[in-house]
Amino acid sequence: MIIKENIALSENGFVFNPSTGDSFTLNNTGKEVLMMIKDGKNLSQIADLMLVRYDADRVTIERYLEDFLNDLSLNNLMEE
Amino acid sequence: MTALRKVTVAVTGLNNIDSPGPGIPVIRGLKESKEFDLRIIGLAYEHLEPGIYMSDLVDKTYMIPYPAEGKDVLFNRLVEIYQKEKLDAIIPNFDAELFSFIKLEKKLEESGIKTYLPSLEQFEERNKSNLPAYGEKYGVNVPSGTEVFSISDLDNTLKSMNYPVMIKGKYYDAFKAFSLEQAVSYFTNMSEKWGLPVIVQEFIRGTEVNVIALGDGKGNLIAAVPMRKQYITDKGKAWGGITIDDKSMLDLAKKIISKTKWKGGMELELIRTTDNKLYLLEINPRIPAWVYLAVGAGQNIPEALLKLTLGMDVKPYTKYDFGKMFVRYSYDMIVDLELFSRLTTTGEL
Repeated sequence: MIIKENIALSENGFVFNPSTGDSFTLNNTGKEVLMMIKDGKNLSQIADLMLVRYDADRVTIERYLEDFLNDLSLNNLMEE
Repeated sequence: MTALRKVTVAVTGLNNIDSPGPGIPVIRGLKESKEFDLRIIGLAYEHLEPGIYMSDLVDKTYMIPYPAEGKDVLFNRLVEIYQKEKLDAIIPNFDAELFSFIKLEKKLEESGIKTYLPSLEQFEERNKSNLPAYGEKYGVNVPSGTEVFSISDLDNTLKSMNYPVMIKGKYYDAFKAFSLEQAVSYFTNMSEKWGLPVIVQEFIRGTEVNVIALGDGKGNLIAAVPMRKQYITDKGKAWGGITIDDKSMLDLAKKIISKTKWKGGMELELIRTTDNKLYLLEINPRIPAWVYLAVGAGQNIPEALLKLTLGMDVKPYTKYDFGKMFVRYSYDMIVDLELFSRLTTTGEL
Protein backbone atom coordinates (compact mmCIF):
# COMPACT_ATOMS: atom_id res chain seq x y z
CA MET A 1 0.00 0.00 0.00
CA ILE A 2 2.37 2.66 -1.23
CA ILE A 3 1.43 5.91 -2.91
CA LYS A 4 3.64 6.81 -5.88
CA GLU A 5 6.50 8.92 -4.66
CA ASN A 6 5.94 11.87 -6.95
CA ILE A 7 2.24 12.34 -6.14
CA ALA A 8 1.69 15.82 -4.73
CA LEU A 9 -0.97 16.48 -2.09
CA SER A 10 -1.70 20.07 -1.11
CA GLU A 11 -3.12 21.40 2.16
CA ASN A 12 -6.54 21.89 0.58
CA GLY A 13 -6.80 18.30 -0.67
CA PHE A 14 -5.67 18.86 -4.26
CA VAL A 15 -3.86 15.79 -5.60
CA PHE A 16 -1.63 16.03 -8.67
CA ASN A 17 -0.01 13.17 -10.53
CA PRO A 18 2.92 14.75 -12.42
CA SER A 19 3.46 11.65 -14.57
CA THR A 20 0.02 11.81 -16.17
CA GLY A 21 -1.08 15.39 -15.52
CA ASP A 22 -4.21 14.11 -13.74
CA SER A 23 -5.51 16.10 -10.80
CA PHE A 24 -8.15 15.26 -8.19
CA THR A 25 -9.86 17.00 -5.31
CA LEU A 26 -10.28 15.11 -2.03
CA ASN A 27 -12.64 15.94 0.80
CA ASN A 28 -11.19 16.25 4.30
CA THR A 29 -11.53 12.55 5.08
CA GLY A 30 -9.87 11.53 1.82
CA LYS A 31 -7.04 13.96 2.45
CA GLU A 32 -6.60 12.62 5.97
CA VAL A 33 -6.43 9.02 4.72
CA LEU A 34 -4.04 9.83 1.88
CA MET A 35 -1.73 11.62 4.29
CA MET A 36 -1.73 8.57 6.56
CA ILE A 37 -0.91 6.30 3.61
CA LYS A 38 1.90 8.68 2.63
CA ASP A 39 3.16 8.43 6.23
CA GLY A 40 3.47 4.66 5.73
CA LYS A 41 0.50 3.49 7.80
CA ASN A 42 -1.25 0.28 6.80
CA LEU A 43 -4.99 -0.30 6.43
CA SER A 44 -5.43 -1.62 9.96
CA GLN A 45 -3.53 1.29 11.53
CA ILE A 46 -5.57 3.78 9.51
CA ALA A 47 -8.81 2.05 10.56
CA ASP A 48 -7.71 2.26 14.22
CA LEU A 49 -7.20 6.01 13.95
CA MET A 50 -10.45 6.56 12.04
CA LEU A 51 -12.37 4.62 14.70
CA VAL A 52 -11.25 7.13 17.28
CA ARG A 53 -12.04 10.15 15.12
CA TYR A 54 -15.36 9.12 13.54
CA ASP A 55 -18.62 7.74 14.80
CA ALA A 56 -18.68 4.52 12.74
CA ASP A 57 -17.99 0.85 13.30
CA ARG A 58 -14.80 -0.89 12.14
CA VAL A 59 -16.50 -2.90 9.33
CA THR A 60 -17.96 0.25 7.76
CA ILE A 61 -14.67 2.14 8.06
CA GLU A 62 -12.68 -0.70 6.48
CA ARG A 63 -15.19 -1.05 3.66
CA TYR A 64 -14.90 2.68 2.82
CA LEU A 65 -11.13 2.52 3.13
CA GLU A 66 -10.95 -0.37 0.68
CA ASP A 67 -13.17 1.50 -1.79
CA PHE A 68 -10.94 4.54 -1.46
CA LEU A 69 -7.78 2.51 -2.00
CA ASN A 70 -9.37 0.94 -5.04
CA ASP A 71 -10.09 4.42 -6.44
CA LEU A 72 -6.49 5.47 -5.80
CA SER A 73 -5.26 2.41 -7.61
CA LEU A 74 -7.64 2.84 -10.56
CA ASN A 75 -6.39 6.39 -10.94
CA ASN A 76 -2.75 5.32 -11.09
CA LEU A 77 -1.82 6.89 -7.79
CA MET A 78 -0.55 3.71 -6.11
CA GLU A 79 2.63 1.80 -6.82
CA GLU A 80 1.89 -1.50 -8.65
CA MET B 1 27.69 45.20 -19.08
CA THR B 2 27.81 43.55 -22.51
CA ALA B 3 25.68 44.95 -25.27
CA LEU B 4 22.99 42.61 -26.54
CA ARG B 5 23.57 41.16 -29.98
CA LYS B 6 21.32 42.88 -32.53
CA VAL B 7 19.50 40.31 -34.65
CA THR B 8 16.70 40.64 -37.19
CA VAL B 9 14.51 37.55 -37.38
CA ALA B 10 11.61 36.89 -39.71
CA VAL B 11 8.86 34.63 -38.45
CA THR B 12 5.86 33.09 -40.24
CA GLY B 13 2.71 31.64 -38.67
CA LEU B 14 1.18 34.88 -37.39
CA ASN B 15 -2.33 33.40 -37.65
CA ASN B 16 -3.06 33.45 -33.93
CA ILE B 17 -6.60 32.19 -34.45
CA ASP B 18 -8.64 29.26 -33.10
CA SER B 19 -6.27 26.81 -34.77
CA PRO B 20 -3.23 28.95 -34.11
CA GLY B 21 0.03 29.10 -35.96
CA PRO B 22 3.16 28.99 -33.81
CA GLY B 23 4.48 32.42 -34.90
CA ILE B 24 3.27 34.55 -32.00
CA PRO B 25 4.33 32.14 -29.22
CA VAL B 26 7.70 31.73 -30.98
CA ILE B 27 8.10 35.52 -30.96
CA ARG B 28 7.12 35.70 -27.28
CA GLY B 29 9.87 33.19 -26.48
CA LEU B 30 12.41 35.10 -28.60
CA LYS B 31 11.48 38.39 -26.95
CA GLU B 32 12.24 36.90 -23.53
CA SER B 33 15.83 36.19 -24.54
CA LYS B 34 18.38 38.06 -22.48
CA GLU B 35 21.03 37.66 -25.16
CA PHE B 36 19.50 39.34 -28.17
CA ASP B 37 18.22 42.75 -29.08
CA LEU B 38 15.66 41.60 -31.61
CA ARG B 39 13.87 43.16 -34.50
CA ILE B 40 10.98 40.89 -35.44
CA ILE B 41 9.77 40.80 -39.01
CA GLY B 42 6.44 39.07 -39.56
CA LEU B 43 5.88 37.20 -42.81
CA ALA B 44 2.17 36.80 -43.53
CA TYR B 45 0.05 35.08 -46.16
CA GLU B 46 -3.29 36.63 -45.22
CA HIS B 47 -4.11 40.25 -44.43
CA LEU B 48 -6.04 39.29 -41.31
CA GLU B 49 -3.40 37.21 -39.56
CA PRO B 50 -3.68 38.72 -36.06
CA GLY B 51 0.07 38.84 -35.44
CA ILE B 52 0.43 41.51 -38.13
CA TYR B 53 -1.39 43.96 -35.87
CA MET B 54 0.43 43.04 -32.64
CA SER B 55 2.86 45.93 -32.75
CA ASP B 56 4.32 45.11 -29.32
CA LEU B 57 5.55 41.78 -30.70
CA VAL B 58 6.02 42.33 -34.43
CA ASP B 59 8.03 45.33 -35.61
CA LYS B 60 7.13 45.11 -39.28
CA THR B 61 5.20 42.68 -41.47
CA TYR B 62 5.55 41.78 -45.13
CA MET B 63 3.11 39.77 -47.19
CA ILE B 64 4.66 36.73 -48.84
CA PRO B 65 3.28 34.51 -51.65
CA TYR B 66 1.52 31.24 -50.91
CA PRO B 67 3.62 28.08 -51.35
CA ALA B 68 1.47 27.14 -54.36
CA GLU B 69 3.03 30.03 -56.30
CA GLY B 70 6.34 28.22 -56.25
CA LYS B 71 9.64 28.56 -54.47
CA ASP B 72 11.19 30.99 -56.94
CA VAL B 73 8.44 33.56 -56.37
CA LEU B 74 8.95 33.10 -52.63
CA PHE B 75 12.71 33.47 -52.97
CA ASN B 76 12.42 36.70 -54.93
CA ARG B 77 10.07 38.14 -52.33
CA LEU B 78 12.39 37.12 -49.47
CA VAL B 79 15.33 38.76 -51.21
CA GLU B 80 13.29 41.95 -51.61
CA ILE B 81 12.53 41.86 -47.88
CA TYR B 82 16.17 41.09 -47.09
CA GLN B 83 17.29 44.16 -49.02
CA LYS B 84 15.10 46.33 -46.81
CA GLU B 85 15.56 44.59 -43.49
CA LYS B 86 18.92 42.77 -43.63
CA LEU B 87 17.37 39.63 -42.16
CA ASP B 88 19.74 37.44 -40.18
CA ALA B 89 17.40 34.48 -39.93
CA ILE B 90 13.98 33.15 -40.82
CA ILE B 91 11.96 30.79 -38.62
CA PRO B 92 9.26 29.21 -40.80
CA ASN B 93 6.37 27.76 -38.81
CA PHE B 94 3.98 26.14 -41.29
CA ASP B 95 4.17 22.56 -42.49
CA ALA B 96 2.93 23.59 -45.92
CA GLU B 97 5.70 26.16 -46.50
CA LEU B 98 8.56 24.03 -45.19
CA PHE B 99 9.14 22.19 -48.45
CA SER B 100 9.88 25.50 -50.21
CA PHE B 101 12.07 26.79 -47.37
CA ILE B 102 14.06 23.53 -47.25
CA LYS B 103 14.58 23.70 -51.02
CA LEU B 104 15.67 27.33 -50.71
CA GLU B 105 17.94 26.78 -47.71
CA LYS B 106 21.22 27.07 -49.63
CA LYS B 107 20.14 30.00 -51.78
CA LEU B 108 18.92 31.85 -48.71
CA GLU B 109 22.19 31.15 -46.91
CA GLU B 110 24.12 32.50 -49.89
CA SER B 111 21.98 35.62 -49.70
CA GLY B 112 22.81 36.02 -46.02
CA ILE B 113 19.63 34.57 -44.50
CA LYS B 114 20.06 31.62 -42.16
CA THR B 115 17.48 28.92 -41.43
CA TYR B 116 17.64 25.79 -39.29
CA LEU B 117 15.57 23.14 -40.96
CA PRO B 118 15.44 19.37 -41.37
CA SER B 119 16.75 17.92 -44.63
CA LEU B 120 14.27 17.09 -47.35
CA GLU B 121 14.75 13.37 -46.58
CA GLN B 122 14.01 13.91 -42.88
CA PHE B 123 11.01 16.04 -43.79
CA GLU B 124 9.57 13.51 -46.28
CA GLU B 125 10.30 10.47 -44.14
CA ARG B 126 8.05 11.61 -41.29
CA ASN B 127 5.13 12.46 -43.58
CA LYS B 128 1.84 11.17 -42.23
CA SER B 129 1.56 8.85 -45.21
CA ASN B 130 4.97 7.28 -44.44
CA LEU B 131 4.27 6.75 -40.74
CA PRO B 132 3.96 2.92 -40.80
CA ALA B 133 7.37 2.61 -42.50
CA TYR B 134 8.79 5.21 -40.12
CA GLY B 135 7.54 3.26 -37.10
CA GLU B 136 9.11 0.08 -38.37
CA LYS B 137 12.43 1.71 -39.26
CA TYR B 138 12.89 3.43 -35.91
CA GLY B 139 11.14 0.92 -33.64
CA VAL B 140 8.24 3.16 -32.64
CA ASN B 141 4.58 2.09 -32.13
CA VAL B 142 2.39 3.71 -34.77
CA PRO B 143 -1.26 3.15 -35.71
CA SER B 144 -1.79 1.27 -38.93
CA GLY B 145 -2.72 3.55 -41.78
CA THR B 146 -2.78 4.01 -45.48
CA GLU B 147 -3.01 6.71 -48.13
CA VAL B 148 -6.14 6.95 -50.23
CA PHE B 149 -6.50 8.80 -53.50
CA SER B 150 -10.19 8.34 -54.36
CA ILE B 151 -13.54 7.46 -52.82
CA SER B 152 -13.36 3.93 -54.21
CA ASP B 153 -9.88 3.62 -52.70
CA LEU B 154 -11.33 4.77 -49.39
CA ASP B 155 -14.21 2.31 -49.65
CA ASN B 156 -11.80 -0.60 -50.28
CA THR B 157 -9.49 0.43 -47.44
CA LEU B 158 -12.32 0.71 -44.93
CA LYS B 159 -13.50 -2.85 -45.69
CA SER B 160 -10.55 -4.17 -43.72
CA MET B 161 -10.68 -1.64 -40.86
CA ASN B 162 -12.81 -1.24 -37.75
CA TYR B 163 -14.68 1.98 -36.99
CA PRO B 164 -14.01 4.57 -35.79
CA VAL B 165 -11.14 5.52 -38.08
CA MET B 166 -9.20 8.76 -38.35
CA ILE B 167 -9.38 10.64 -41.65
CA LYS B 168 -6.46 13.04 -41.94
CA GLY B 169 -5.51 15.80 -44.35
CA LYS B 170 -2.10 15.74 -46.00
CA TYR B 171 -0.86 18.67 -43.91
CA TYR B 172 -3.46 19.52 -41.29
CA ASP B 173 -6.80 18.43 -39.82
CA ALA B 174 -7.97 15.08 -38.56
CA PHE B 175 -11.50 13.79 -38.02
CA LYS B 176 -12.89 10.68 -36.42
CA ALA B 177 -15.31 8.83 -38.72
CA PHE B 178 -17.81 6.28 -37.42
CA SER B 179 -19.24 5.18 -40.79
CA LEU B 180 -18.40 5.02 -44.47
CA GLU B 181 -20.68 8.02 -45.13
CA GLN B 182 -18.83 10.12 -42.58
CA ALA B 183 -15.48 8.97 -43.91
CA VAL B 184 -16.47 9.93 -47.47
CA SER B 185 -17.60 13.35 -46.33
CA TYR B 186 -14.30 13.98 -44.47
CA PHE B 187 -12.32 12.60 -47.41
CA THR B 188 -14.00 15.06 -49.78
CA ASN B 189 -13.44 17.92 -47.39
CA MET B 190 -9.75 17.03 -46.73
CA SER B 191 -8.89 16.44 -50.37
CA GLU B 192 -10.43 19.77 -51.41
CA LYS B 193 -8.60 21.60 -48.65
CA TRP B 194 -5.18 19.97 -48.62
CA GLY B 195 -5.01 17.91 -51.80
CA LEU B 196 -4.30 14.20 -52.16
CA PRO B 197 -3.56 11.78 -50.65
CA VAL B 198 -5.84 11.69 -47.65
CA ILE B 199 -4.66 9.42 -44.84
CA VAL B 200 -6.87 6.82 -43.20
CA GLN B 201 -5.54 5.77 -39.82
CA GLU B 202 -6.50 3.25 -37.17
CA PHE B 203 -8.09 5.02 -34.17
CA ILE B 204 -6.14 4.49 -30.96
CA ARG B 205 -7.99 5.09 -27.69
CA GLY B 206 -6.11 6.83 -24.92
CA THR B 207 -4.86 10.13 -23.59
CA GLU B 208 -3.44 12.70 -26.00
CA VAL B 209 0.06 13.72 -25.04
CA ASN B 210 2.66 15.67 -26.98
CA VAL B 211 6.37 16.35 -26.80
CA ILE B 212 8.02 19.48 -28.16
CA ALA B 213 11.64 18.80 -29.05
CA LEU B 214 14.63 20.48 -30.66
CA GLY B 215 17.38 18.57 -32.43
CA ASP B 216 20.78 19.90 -33.47
CA GLY B 217 21.08 17.82 -36.64
CA LYS B 218 23.87 15.72 -35.15
CA GLY B 219 21.66 13.45 -33.08
CA ASN B 220 21.60 15.57 -29.91
CA LEU B 221 18.39 16.48 -28.17
CA ILE B 222 18.76 20.14 -27.22
CA ALA B 223 15.39 20.60 -25.56
CA ALA B 224 12.26 18.56 -24.87
CA VAL B 225 9.12 19.11 -22.83
CA PRO B 226 6.20 16.65 -22.59
CA MET B 227 2.67 17.99 -22.26
CA ARG B 228 -0.75 16.50 -21.72
CA LYS B 229 -3.68 18.16 -23.44
CA GLN B 230 -6.29 19.16 -20.88
CA TYR B 231 -8.85 20.91 -23.04
CA ILE B 232 -9.22 20.06 -26.70
CA THR B 233 -11.17 22.16 -29.20
CA ASP B 234 -13.41 20.74 -31.90
CA LYS B 235 -10.41 21.12 -34.21
CA GLY B 236 -8.38 18.85 -31.96
CA LYS B 237 -6.18 21.70 -30.74
CA ALA B 238 -5.07 21.96 -27.15
CA TRP B 239 -6.68 25.01 -25.52
CA GLY B 240 -5.20 24.04 -22.19
CA GLY B 241 -2.33 21.74 -21.32
CA ILE B 242 0.03 20.79 -18.54
CA THR B 243 3.69 19.76 -18.51
CA ILE B 244 4.16 16.26 -17.16
CA ASP B 245 6.99 14.26 -15.68
CA ASP B 246 7.07 11.38 -18.15
CA LYS B 247 10.46 9.83 -18.76
CA SER B 248 9.18 7.44 -21.42
CA MET B 249 8.06 10.38 -23.58
CA LEU B 250 11.43 12.08 -23.19
CA ASP B 251 13.18 8.80 -24.03
CA LEU B 252 11.08 8.48 -27.17
CA ALA B 253 11.96 12.04 -28.24
CA LYS B 254 15.62 11.33 -27.56
CA LYS B 255 15.49 8.10 -29.56
CA ILE B 256 13.81 9.74 -32.55
CA ILE B 257 16.11 12.79 -32.57
CA SER B 258 19.20 10.64 -32.14
CA LYS B 259 18.27 8.02 -34.77
CA THR B 260 17.04 10.50 -37.37
CA LYS B 261 19.56 13.27 -36.57
CA TRP B 262 16.65 15.68 -36.79
CA LYS B 263 17.60 19.29 -37.32
CA GLY B 264 15.25 21.93 -35.91
CA GLY B 265 12.04 21.98 -33.93
CA MET B 266 9.51 19.19 -33.91
CA GLU B 267 6.39 18.03 -32.15
CA LEU B 268 5.57 14.41 -31.45
CA GLU B 269 1.83 13.81 -31.27
CA LEU B 270 1.28 10.74 -29.14
CA ILE B 271 -1.46 8.67 -27.55
CA ARG B 272 -0.92 6.88 -24.27
CA THR B 273 -3.19 3.84 -24.12
CA THR B 274 -4.74 2.46 -20.93
CA ASP B 275 -2.13 -0.34 -20.95
CA ASN B 276 0.51 2.41 -20.89
CA LYS B 277 1.82 2.07 -24.44
CA LEU B 278 2.83 5.15 -26.40
CA TYR B 279 1.71 5.39 -30.02
CA LEU B 280 3.15 7.99 -32.35
CA LEU B 281 0.34 9.58 -34.35
CA GLU B 282 2.27 12.29 -36.16
CA ILE B 283 5.51 14.19 -36.23
CA ASN B 284 5.05 17.87 -36.95
CA PRO B 285 8.25 19.15 -38.52
CA ARG B 286 8.30 22.49 -36.71
CA ILE B 287 7.72 24.13 -33.37
CA PRO B 288 4.09 23.71 -32.23
CA ALA B 289 1.75 26.55 -31.20
CA TRP B 290 1.97 25.57 -27.51
CA VAL B 291 5.72 26.29 -27.42
CA TYR B 292 5.25 29.10 -24.92
CA LEU B 293 4.38 26.46 -22.30
CA ALA B 294 7.89 25.06 -22.73
CA VAL B 295 9.29 28.59 -22.29
CA GLY B 296 7.20 28.97 -19.12
CA ALA B 297 8.45 25.60 -17.88
CA GLY B 298 12.07 26.67 -18.22
CA GLN B 299 13.12 25.74 -21.76
CA ASN B 300 13.20 28.69 -24.15
CA ILE B 301 13.07 26.59 -27.30
CA PRO B 302 12.61 29.54 -29.73
CA GLU B 303 15.74 31.18 -28.29
CA ALA B 304 17.70 27.91 -28.51
CA LEU B 305 16.53 27.47 -32.10
CA LEU B 306 17.63 31.00 -33.00
CA LYS B 307 21.04 30.39 -31.45
CA LEU B 308 21.47 27.17 -33.42
CA THR B 309 20.37 29.04 -36.55
CA LEU B 310 23.03 31.68 -35.96
CA GLY B 311 25.68 29.00 -35.43
CA MET B 312 26.04 29.65 -31.69
CA ASP B 313 26.77 26.95 -29.13
CA VAL B 314 23.72 25.75 -27.27
CA LYS B 315 23.91 23.63 -24.15
CA PRO B 316 21.13 21.02 -24.05
CA TYR B 317 18.41 21.75 -21.52
CA THR B 318 18.31 19.06 -18.83
CA LYS B 319 15.26 20.03 -16.80
CA TYR B 320 11.90 21.73 -16.91
CA ASP B 321 9.11 22.39 -14.39
CA PHE B 322 6.30 19.87 -14.49
CA GLY B 323 2.80 20.83 -13.45
CA LYS B 324 3.00 24.11 -15.43
CA MET B 325 -0.19 24.80 -17.32
CA PHE B 326 -1.17 26.92 -20.27
CA VAL B 327 -4.66 28.21 -20.82
CA ARG B 328 -5.18 29.75 -24.23
CA TYR B 329 -7.53 32.67 -24.77
CA SER B 330 -8.80 34.79 -27.62
CA TYR B 331 -8.69 38.58 -27.63
CA ASP B 332 -10.22 41.14 -29.92
CA MET B 333 -7.88 43.84 -31.15
CA ILE B 334 -9.24 47.07 -32.53
CA VAL B 335 -7.48 47.93 -35.78
CA ASP B 336 -7.69 51.13 -37.78
CA LEU B 337 -8.79 50.64 -41.37
CA GLU B 338 -5.81 52.73 -42.43
CA LEU B 339 -3.41 49.98 -41.27
CA PHE B 340 -5.36 47.31 -43.12
CA SER B 341 -5.50 49.41 -46.30
CA ARG B 342 -1.76 50.14 -46.14
CA LEU B 343 -1.05 46.41 -45.84
CA THR B 344 -3.37 45.42 -48.67
CA THR B 345 -2.06 48.09 -51.04
CA THR B 346 1.67 47.98 -50.30
CA GLY B 347 2.13 44.44 -48.98
CA GLU B 348 3.85 45.66 -45.84
CA LEU B 349 2.99 47.22 -42.51
